[in-house]
Amino acid sequence: MTSNGNTQIPIAEGLFTWPSPAPQLIGGQCSDCKAVHFPKQDNCQACAGREVVALPLSRRGKLWTWTIQNFVPPIPPYTGPVEGFKPFGVGYVELPDGLVVEGRLTVNDPAMLKIGMDMELVLEPFRIDAQGNEVLNYAFAPVAG
Amino acid sequence: MANDIAIIGVGLYGFGRHADISAIQMGVSAANQAMDDAGLKWTDIEVGYVGSLSVMMPETMTKFLGYTGVPMSKMFNGCATGGNLLLNTANAIRAGRADIGICIGLDKHPKGAFSAGESMDSTGLPQWYGDVGLTVNPQFFAMKIQRYMHDYGISPETLTRTAVKAFRNGELNPAAWRRRALSAEEIDNSMMVCDPLRKYHFCSPSDGAAAAIVCRADIAHRFSGTPIYLRAGEFVTRQTGTIDVQATSFSSTPTIGASEAAARAAFESAGIGPDEIDIVQCQDTEVGHEIMHLAELGLVEHGEQEALIRDGGTSLGGRLPVNTDGGLLANGEPIGASGLRQVHEVVRQLRGVAGPHQVQRELKTGITHVYGFPGSSCVTILSK
Repeated sequence: MTSNGNTQIPIAEGLFTWPSPAPQLIGGQCSDCKAVHFPKQDNCQACAGREVVALPLSRRGKLWTWTIQNFVPPIPPYTGPVEGFKPFGVGYVELPDGLVVEGRLTVNDPAMLKIGMDMELVLEPFRIDAQGNEVLNYAFAPVAG
Repeated sequence: MANDIAIIGVGLYGFGRHADISAIQMGVSAANQAMDDAGLKWTDIEVGYVGSLSVMMPETMTKFLGYTGVPMSKMFNGCATGGNLLLNTANAIRAGRADIGICIGLDKHPKGAFSAGESMDSTGLPQWYGDVGLTVNPQFFAMKIQRYMHDYGISPETLTRTAVKAFRNGELNPAAWRRRALSAEEIDNSMMVCDPLRKYHFCSPSDGAAAAIVCRADIAHRFSGTPIYLRAGEFVTRQTGTIDVQATSFSSTPTIGASEAAARAAFESAGIGPDEIDIVQCQDTEVGHEIMHLAELGLVEHGEQEALIRDGGTSLGGRLPVNTDGGLLANGEPIGASGLRQVHEVVRQLRGVAGPHQVQRELKTGITHVYGFPGSSCVTILSK
């Protein structure tokens, strides 16, 4: 429950550990070749193996690349705010688990983003759904300091 | 060296915004032009491959070409469609199914960035990915060049020089959509779309069609079109360790990219080296990818583009003319047709009949290259 009385729900089941004081993305690891992907699916993209187990991914990594989405994405499929749209950062973060993961960034100022900088997983409110729930999405935030 | 397939005719319905004509009619027009170029008739065509995003069943074109019973198969591989149409037409001939075939690309798109639509089901991506605004292709283009600039010292000036060159070529090409040259200042002052790429660094979706007639090389002399030979063609999909368009994750262990894999295979099967390429048509959805693709195709070393482009090396008079007809930037992208526009351009340049944007020296060998979602690429090598 938020301070506004909204119930918080994750944007998709099985995407990140929830509820959790230190949320983690849930990847998939191949039982055979050990390659890791995100989000978890039933087969391995590297060796085509069909036995994959869930692997909570490291919360911290390094910014591999980034951009700023300066215009409202095509609707559909975008379901975020249009009125008062604020540009948002998008990036890939290299995690120690052997993969590079795409996600939104919590900052949208190019001056605050530098390839190689430390980033950390956070959950942030994305929108309020038709039932009044606050929908949570994952994002990467620069590590303070 | 493969020398068994010839391209004997090409046609183009100039790309642009064409509200008053259907994609099917543009395709028919390009096909008729290609047949006229080859000096043959629809009744001579024994197999056809047609590519389109917007036209569900392009074999309906036979209504306007002739109900000859010809097998016309549809293919769609996103931005990589055009090259793959040529390759499959050639393969049908190699398999002995036909002596003469046609490939046609045709499309018509609404303005603005491509949308995945309401459901993500046809993309293999989860719905949340679309919901939060990550199915936006320009993000990928921007993020790949952002990293590349960091790794290989490519400057923002090189991005803009590439756009200046594209629109300069478009100004010369009577069939181009964008016929006005743009100054570096105009480009640098255009809206920031996705950092570091601005509006005039990008192409736009457009309408148009292109076609090519392909035959067994040993019968090419029967037709009037000057034959250009298909030395190699390779179509590949992605591996695990490269940044590709709309990828939720990729492996930290690098693998060869689709464009590089297709090019290596094509050069190997052609028995031709990258140093023998005289003219290049490569996927330039935006300037960053033109720059990166030159290295992925093996035509330059990574980072060498900075000096090459600064010195005009990719312009019409340069040592490696690239996207001589203005490329996607000046022509826009009707997705199903774009790769065959490249084939049309290389064939005409090699024949020496391209028009005002003809490269003013003897050309022997050219390369075409397309790349698109979800990480697919097709490369063809053409020569006299």
